[in-house]
Amino acid sequence: MIGADLKPTESCGCEQVFSAELRERAGEIWEREGFPTTKHEEWRFTSLREIAETKFETELPAVQIDVIDPVAMPEGAVSLVFVDGKFDPDRSNGAGLPDGVVLSSLKYGITEHRDLVEAHIGKVIALDETPFVALNTRMTLDGAFLFVPRGVVIEQPIYIVHIAAEHASPTLTNSRSLFVFESDCQAKVVESSISLGAKNLQNTVAEVVVGDNAVIEHVRLQLGSEEAYHITNMQIAQRRGANFKTTVVTLGGKIVRNDINGLLNGEGTECTMNGLYVGRGEQHVDNHTRLDHAFPHCPSHELFKGVLDDKSSAVFNGKIIVRQIAQKTDSKQSNMNLLLSDDAMINTKPQLEIFADDVRCTHGATIGRLDDEAMFYLQSRGIAKDDARSLLVYAFASDVLDRIGIEVVRDTLEERLLERFHKTP
Amino acid sequence: MALLEIRNLHASVEGNEILRGVNLTVNAGEVHAIMGPNGSGKSTLAQVLAGRDEYEITQGEVLYKGEDLLEMDPEERAAEGVFLAFQYPVQIPGVSNAYFLKAAVNAIRKHHGEPQIDAFDFMKLVKEKQELVEMDSSFLNRAVNDGFSGGEKKRNEIFQMAVLQPTLCVLDETDSGLDIDALKIVANGVNAMRSENRAFVVVTHYQRLLNYIVPDFVHVLVDGRLVRSGGKELAMELEERGYAEFEGAAV
Repeated sequence: MIGADLKPTESCGCEQVFSAELRERAGEIWEREGFPTTKHEEWRFTSLREIAETKFETELPAVQIDVIDPVAMPEGAVSLVFVDGKFDPDRSNGAGLPDGVVLSSLKYGITEHRDLVEAHIGKVIALDETPFVALNTRMTLDGAFLFVPRGVVIEQPIYIVHIAAEHASPTLTNSRSLFVFESDCQAKVVESSISLGAKNLQNTVAEVVVGDNAVIEHVRLQLGSEEAYHITNMQIAQRRGANFKTTVVTLGGKIVRNDINGLLNGEGTECTMNGLYVGRGEQHVDNHTRLDHAFPHCPSHELFKGVLDDKSSAVFNGKIIVRQIAQKTDSKQSNMNLLLSDDAMINTKPQLEIFADDVRCTHGATIGRLDDEAMFYLQSRGIAKDDARSLLVYAFASDVLDRIGIEVVRDTLEERLLERFHKTP
Repeated sequence: MALLEIRNLHASVEGNEILRGVNLTVNAGEVHAIMGPNGSGKSTLAQVLAGRDEYEITQGEVLYKGEDLLEMDPEERAAEGVFLAFQYPVQIPGVSNAYFLKAAVNAIRKHHGEPQIDAFDFMKLVKEKQELVEMDSSFLNRAVNDGFSGGEKKRNEIFQMAVLQPTLCVLDETDSGLDIDALKIVANGVNAMRSENRAFVVVTHYQRLLNYIVPDFVHVLVDGRLVRSGGKELAMELEERGYAEFEGAAV
């Protein structure tokens, strides 16, 4: 129950991120809208009742995190770590970044680079995009700020890790990220949400500004407890010629909802959104994407794949908007699902809103089971049935991982998936 | 003891009886060709030997090295040395040939209580066999049969056979759809593997393959039964006269 007592403690410093006026407006939206129900078209297949009925703590005692999942952050990497929404300077490392790059907590960012932060924060994503953006804006304690100046190329990936620690009661944390990439820069960012406790809700909002001709790769990992809750709202605003790719990989969480929205706001911008969701038990993963083509000559690519076992379920809703001016749009969307049990379920829906007349938009969805022919083929070569099964599942899923351009992330995720699918050869 | 002994084998799929009493004895060192018209049960026989579970065995038995083959899972048969070169090799996107073969080699070694193959030894083995079927080296990193031409797929079957070194090799229409160059490559691969410890059952629709893989015995399968057996000259006879005289004879 998040409602009347919706007041982060004054000591948190969040007023430094958002003005009192904005936070008040955000609070009003949340109190008016609250948790969406399945009567709402955008939430038809994702019930939040279980979350709405949970009492979350937001004032949490400090905890020491000993080990961070190496998938989220390899040893010695450039990183920003947040524990329960608060910046952990001891676990963070900004060494070796090129001059002019700012990688800091938002609190620090707003003190030292007020103009840079204020130019964008709360302006990329609409306050009422979903009620969770309002909740985040009202409640956030801190977050990540990355600024990459014009023409700077950052070779090493930057890892941003949001950890929800285990506490006596379920917790709510509202992490905020602001990424500002100036023109002609290049960077790779890996952002993770990890819940160490069951029933923790991590409500994440990310705003991304991608300047002219910037080339950015982003990966979002949702890891940790399979009893936790993840809600993400991400808005990307791309300018002319910018190339942005994001891959969201969901392994953890009982109820996961991602709203990933891209605005192709300049000629020749290119946006790629890929995703992999792996469900078992009663996990539910809902990916809502929106690619808004607002200028001509913009390609976009989407590949979301799901592997669902047991009673797990998933939703893919991919909206493609092609505005009247956006001629020569070339958009390709694909959602492929592998159901490993009779009780697993997927709801998949492409939504095309095309107002231009000279465009190419393709979309497709597949739902399948393991191929008996392929199983027999592998077995006939001596590979045991269970291993054949996991090899085929892995092969299906790795298609998405193979497209990640950060080798260490790709490799560690592949290992994690192999473990998950118990492959042995 | 015969390597393979098929006795009065009956097999059905969805209630339709396809094999209706097949008897065949194959000894190590022999090459048997099984010829027959479309729908005679050739591929069913091949798949039953490999353990495809969509066929129901209603009567008869199959002994392999004296053991009940029909009791074994497909992977156990493979580990014991039974190999089927598929008529339609399956594409497996996302799994490289190298990974697939290594998994197969190690699974079979594990079955025999042997350690995993050393990476260097594996590459050496693969390289040697690759030359046998004239595959270029990029092939190892490609996904199994994914985007392969018909000829490449068939060569890949023979390549896998060469790497796994089975005892009983069943070739299911490996010649179909091959041009003469690919046919020769496939036949050379098979001939290089002929030995006194190994037997081949070559299922084919056409006599052409048997010019290159010369069989010791030729059997004619019609309507689920072997209606005639002979030496390699029987294949020539079938090529000239077709199967017409046998059709109906078996009913």
